[in-house]
Amino acid sequence: MADLSVKIAGVEFSNPVIAASGTFGNGECYTDLYPISKLGGISCKGMTIEPKQGNPPPRIAETYSGILNSVGLQNIGVRGFIDYYLPTLKQDGNVIIANVSGATIEDYVRAAELLDQSDVDMIELNISCPNVKAGGATWGISCDGAASVTREVRKATKKPLIVKLTPNVTDITEIAKAVESEGADAISMINTLLGMRIDIRTRRPILRNNMGGLSGPAVFPVAVRMVRQCYKAVSLPIIGMGGISTWEDAVEIMLAGASAVQMGTAIFTDPYSPLKVIDGLAGYMDKNGIKSLSEIVGQCQEW
Amino acid sequence: MYFCEKYPVVEKRELADGIYSVVVNAPNAAKAAAAGQFANIGVPGFTLRRPISICGIDKERGTLRFVFEVRGKGTAELAKISEGDELDILAPLGNGFSIPETGRIIAVGGGIGVPPMLEISVETCERCTAIIGFRDKSRIILAEDFERNGSEVHLCTDDGSAGQKGLVTFPLADELEKGDVAAVMACGPAVMLKSVAKMCEVYNVPCQVSLEQRMGCGVGACVVCSCLTVRNGKEMYSRVCKDGPVFNAEEVKFDG
Repeated sequence: MADLSVKIAGVEFSNPVIAASGTFGNGECYTDLYPISKLGGISCKGMTIEPKQGNPPPRIAETYSGILNSVGLQNIGVRGFIDYYLPTLKQDGNVIIANVSGATIEDYVRAAELLDQSDVDMIELNISCPNVKAGGATWGISCDGAASVTREVRKATKKPLIVKLTPNVTDITEIAKAVESEGADAISMINTLLGMRIDIRTRRPILRNNMGGLSGPAVFPVAVRMVRQCYKAVSLPIIGMGGISTWEDAVEIMLAGASAVQMGTAIFTDPYSPLKVIDGLAGYMDKNGIKSLSEIVGQCQEW
Repeated sequence: MYFCEKYPVVEKRELADGIYSVVVNAPNAAKAAAAGQFANIGVPGFTLRRPISICGIDKERGTLRFVFEVRGKGTAELAKISEGDELDILAPLGNGFSIPETGRIIAVGGGIGVPPMLEISVETCERCTAIIGFRDKSRIILAEDFERNGSEVHLCTDDGSAGQKGLVTFPLADELEKGDVAAVMACGPAVMLKSVAKMCEVYNVPCQVSLEQRMGCGVGACVVCSCLTVRNGKEMYSRVCKDGPVFNAEEVKFDG
């Protein structure tokens, strides 16, 4: 069997398939189907320094080839995560990524300080959540905002730092450059695209929060394009996500420039899809004589 | 314990216009299933699975029965399934009803909220009084199934075209008045559940309600199918899929 391992910011992953934040809980929900150690890693449910209630329902709407969500970062807080979920998660041996959000820079810093003392392997800064009024994407839509959060969190932790970017900007490469210059170790992209659906009978938005984040196969070409742009603009490793549901999608976004992938919405359609992608990648490597996935990263031959 | 597999359809019937009964051969899921749980069923061409309550569990035959109504494009696609085809099923999911071992049970169902109540009647037979309500005569489903289990059935229709005219809460009041009710269990429209819960509170009878919400994963991971609940005096969003779909009525904030 092919060697699927990848290394990002000094962290070794047994394979490049990571469950995306907010789609896999904290690893506890799918254990009836398979051990989560089969995945390369898990990006845990987005957490904030204090517990958060989230937005009122409905929080999900189906779209053509995708979904809108407006969960609004419901979570039990960083301390709850560390005490309640992390010990079990660490037993499974794969890479544990803590996904962190905040309303203020202080929130991010306090969360990072606590996580710095914990067993998590990496921290993923979510400066791209479209579903909260304060913080979230407001940090990720300007170079200054993205740079200052990254700078302050960088001072607060020695853990490898991934910054998760929002696609809801004019030029994502400018944001990528800003976080690179402030000490990010990697970027993950793309978070969801802001969208909206309206019930034509009631004339009400389907989501109680009116708007929400679009994910699923519908956004995949946008993700590929943005990964490609950032691959050319910065030298940071990129974790690609946005609508990946097959191994072919994974290969495609890696050719664009991603060193690893996250899968989310596809898990709702088929909980086994991450394992199918892992198997498919192994078959692809064997068939094409690829010894390491690093051989294909960014190897798209543009016209 | 839940499973995610493709199970063959062994029986399909249309019970009323646009309401279908589908039985699948799913021995492992049937063995694990309990009354009030649900399945998240994959529909080709759609990103999201469709949450459908379990209407019947036959552990000996190894089958699960689902009764669903065509509500949109996804369920319309699901309704095209034929005997012999396979259904992509994630089940059994969620917390079902906790059925007291003794005493009288009242199962209240409204419309497409009736199917998840049937298994209660299978388990409690003569102990169960079923109060089932429908819009009109043409929408009636499963009434004989409850009778076959030996349960007393109160049939209601909004327009009086069959059974008693009016809401399920009228016969419910009579039954509660008789006393000696161990528990009331209900599934149906939110307004119905709210009224049922309020009446049970007045009569001081424990009430369990099965809730519905737009759902994502079905297994508690994505936290989209939330409902407002009060636990330990604190308001919080619970997950319909994992913490429910059946909740103790006193925990639920129906206007949340």
